[in-house]
Amino acid sequence: MDAIRTEALTKHYPVGFWRPRAYVALDGLTLDVGQGEVFGFLGPNGAGKTTTLKLLMQLTFPTSGRAEILGRPVGDVSVKRRTGYLPENPYFYDYLSAEELLHYFASLFGYGAADRRRRVSDLLDEVGIGAERRLQLRKFSKGMLQRVGIAQAIINDPEVVFFDEPMSGLDPMGRREIRELILRLRDRGCTVFFSSHVLSDAEALCSRVAIVASGRLAATGELSEILAFKALGWEVVMGGLDDAVLESATASGHIDRATALGGRRYALHVPLSVAPDRLVAEFVSQGAELVSVNPVRETLEEFYMRKIGAVSRDRGLADVGKAPASSE
Amino acid sequence: MRLIGQIAVNVFKESVRDKVLYNLVAFAVLLIAVSYLLGQLTAGQDMKIIKDLGLAAIASFGRLIAVFIGIGLVWKEVERRSIYSLLSKPIRRHEFVLGKYAGLALTLLVNVLVMTVAFYAILAYLNTLYPESIQVTWPAPATDPGMLRAILLIFVELLLITAVALFFSTFSSPFLSAALTLGLWVIGHFNDDLRSFEAVVESPVAAYFARGLYYVLPNFGAFDIKTQVVYALPVPWLYVVTTMAYGCVYIAMLLTGAVAIFSRRDFK
Repeated sequence: MDAIRTEALTKHYPVGFWRPRAYVALDGLTLDVGQGEVFGFLGPNGAGKTTTLKLLMQLTFPTSGRAEILGRPVGDVSVKRRTGYLPENPYFYDYLSAEELLHYFASLFGYGAADRRRRVSDLLDEVGIGAERRLQLRKFSKGMLQRVGIAQAIINDPEVVFFDEPMSGLDPMGRREIRELILRLRDRGCTVFFSSHVLSDAEALCSRVAIVASGRLAATGELSEILAFKALGWEVVMGGLDDAVLESATASGHIDRATALGGRRYALHVPLSVAPDRLVAEFVSQGAELVSVNPVRETLEEFYMRKIGAVSRDRGLADVGKAPASSE
Repeated sequence: MRLIGQIAVNVFKESVRDKVLYNLVAFAVLLIAVSYLLGQLTAGQDMKIIKDLGLAAIASFGRLIAVFIGIGLVWKEVERRSIYSLLSKPIRRHEFVLGKYAGLALTLLVNVLVMTVAFYAILAYLNTLYPESIQVTWPAPATDPGMLRAILLIFVELLLITAVALFFSTFSSPFLSAALTLGLWVIGHFNDDLRSFEAVVESPVAAYFARGLYYVLPNFGAFDIKTQVVYALPVPWLYVVTTMAYGCVYIAMLLTGAVAIFSRRDFK
């Protein structure tokens, strides 16, 4: 059984008052997320990430298609008992403290008073909220609210947790802590589905990712497959390289570009068509010395931009005259 | 029911911390100040005025809370997106709406109870200031328990106003909700005039329309028995009970409508 499954999930929003037109926020999204996976749901702002999460949480209803969590239709109360959700830029009740908010949410899951006290205290420790736990939430910074948001999302020790931009508003230390928390959740067997437009988060955490753009699925798969998707060439770093030798290699097309690193040391970008060992041997014979050789592969960033570009081009042709985005 | 209760307690807690109960201080200050001023001006006849004013103040302060908190109950949750976290918990949307309503009803109950106790305490104190020769000229004793009937109906009226505000706030902005609620309250006070509209118009269409509105719009005038209790005119319990029942049916219909609309709502 998949942890999350969507089939042709589609959401249109009416735009305009007198003659409403459909704005396609999500277009036929089909996804499977296995249990215990950390799944990254990537895309730029307005791609449909938040819409997808709202559909999975039944905060909006699909125009067509269906979605299941843990084999049950979304919105089923029995599913909500086993899931958690962090909305994007979470906001809570001004006059409650972090501790009171978590007590309130824990009570909705039917935790008894003693269990609640222990769970709330442990969770606030886990997300790094110390003495501030007794302050009213209106006095919290964005980063602190984000931590409270993460704590409330896992208050019920969920089997599947949905994080919408979990690193938003956090400082570097906070980001690292939340990454570690996500990995701990994974180690406990929890499925983590998180949306982000920050690729480094996905690179650090995800086993699989999906990339959405303009409401459509652009790519999905193992992160390692996507990273190995396209080899672009080699990066060769040489020391003691003569300018004349460098000019000659550049003129003959063996080097795309050279970046001076100082002290006659250069980082050379060598095209895929050139065998790097021969080139290095030639440079060494001219008195240079090898520092390093590394393959240059397409980064997730480049892959992401390429895919988004392709989907946007398709969408641009298909959606001439459609309403502009008003929300994700 | 457990979940509705928990949501209600949270609404109550938020209202108390949001200084909603400060209105009680304003109520007490107003009543004491007016009692003092009237005591300087009149010779014993101020008791009726104080009773009338006290009951009007209980109703007015309650209405302010009912309208202005009632319209924000759902809107604030949606606007600030706190509803996203809440609805991801194992609660159904109707439990959310009913919990919010019950929370404000609890806030109003505490308000009305405290105001009633303060009101009777002031009346009891004023009673000690007048000789028996003046007290016998009053239509009813200073601390007449008959006034509780008026307060009971004021409370049901407040519950009805809250239900109206909540209903409108499930699909419109706070400004529009406030305007619609206040508009309905004003029209509802003239509901009896709609029933007798056919006596003053010739057009049968207008008369039918007015009669239709009479049945559809809430009759807020029915909850106002202040004058009767102040002048100790008879108000049978049957009237109080049937008016309360009318209010409860209307509240049930409004909450059903609010739940139906809210359950289908997309949070964009």
